[in-house]
Amino acid sequence: MKARSTNYIIFEFLSRSANEGFARGAVACFAAQLDPTLEELGDIKTAVSEAVTNAIVHAYPDTLGRIFIKARVLEDNILEIVVQDWGKGIPDVEQARQPLYTTGGEERSGMGFTIMESFMDRLYVRSVPGKGTKVTMRRRIKPRRTGL
Amino acid sequence: MEMTYRSEDRYLTIQLSGELDHHAAKNLMDSIDRLLEQTLPVKTFLDLGELSFMDSSGIAVVLRAKRRMEALSGNLVVINIPRQAARVLETAGLGRYVDLL
Ligand SMILES: Nc1ncnc2c1ncn2[C@@H]1O[C@H](COP(=O)(O)OP(=O)(O)OP(=O)(O)O)[C@@H](O)[C@H]1O
Ligand SMILES: [Mg+2]
Repeated sequence: MKARSTNYIIFEFLSRSANEGFARGAVACFAAQLDPTLEELGDIKTAVSEAVTNAIVHAYPDTLGRIFIKARVLEDNILEIVVQDWGKGIPDVEQARQPLYTTGGEERSGMGFTIMESFMDRLYVRSVPGKGTKVTMRRRIKPRRTGL
Repeated sequence: MEMTYRSEDRYLTIQLSGELDHHAAKNLMDSIDRLLEQTLPVKTFLDLGELSFMDSSGIAVVLRAKRRMEALSGNLVVINIPRQAARVLETAGLGRYVDLL
């Protein structure tokens, strides 16, 4: 996962659901420098929203905790986004990534990881129960010729 | 997130606008539950035309509305689905369970 970064942003916020819109919006604003299409931007926003919602809902179910985001631009027009929490952690990541798997009951559908996987090119999930979870996603934004 | 509705002859249309995420879904599910209990529709149209964003929280909202409609022996149709929301619903394979127009 060694890659040279040409630009990055880092921010951190409290796991309140009111911050979901801010988090995906901030990453989308940062991604705009790669000149994404509306569809690419929608995909990025959706993937960030899934990762952040998971941290709010599953990592800190009955507390408020820290959520950290780093977004970087890598060579070859690749956007990398890291969403990290220091919450409950996931005992079995492979199982958690299965479509429809949820511990969230009727209010969740178990599709978050599946959406992140299909909307981004790469998804890495590292988690330690009791310590927290780090989700890393990458998406290459196709270079476009504008003004022609 | 805003919700408006029209009910006529037990045909209900619910229009959602704005961003449907987990933050919005919490209140929205309660509002839809209450609306269905009040109006007892035979058919409900869930109009997503004015949604500017939806994530997997919207899937749970749609599935719940569908279950509530089934309990009333009615049905649910989701209409005017914007492109971004359609990608989310398609990825979840929701077309197999709910009528998406
Ligand atoms: N950051 C996290 N901390 C702890 N557990 C997590 C975290 N992210 C995901 N999980 C676990 O992985 C499961 C699957 O996550 P996924 O996002 O795919 O589905 P969901 O959140 O349950 O439902 P949906 O995203 O469709 O609303 C969750 O139910 C939860 O048990
Ligand atoms: Mg989720």
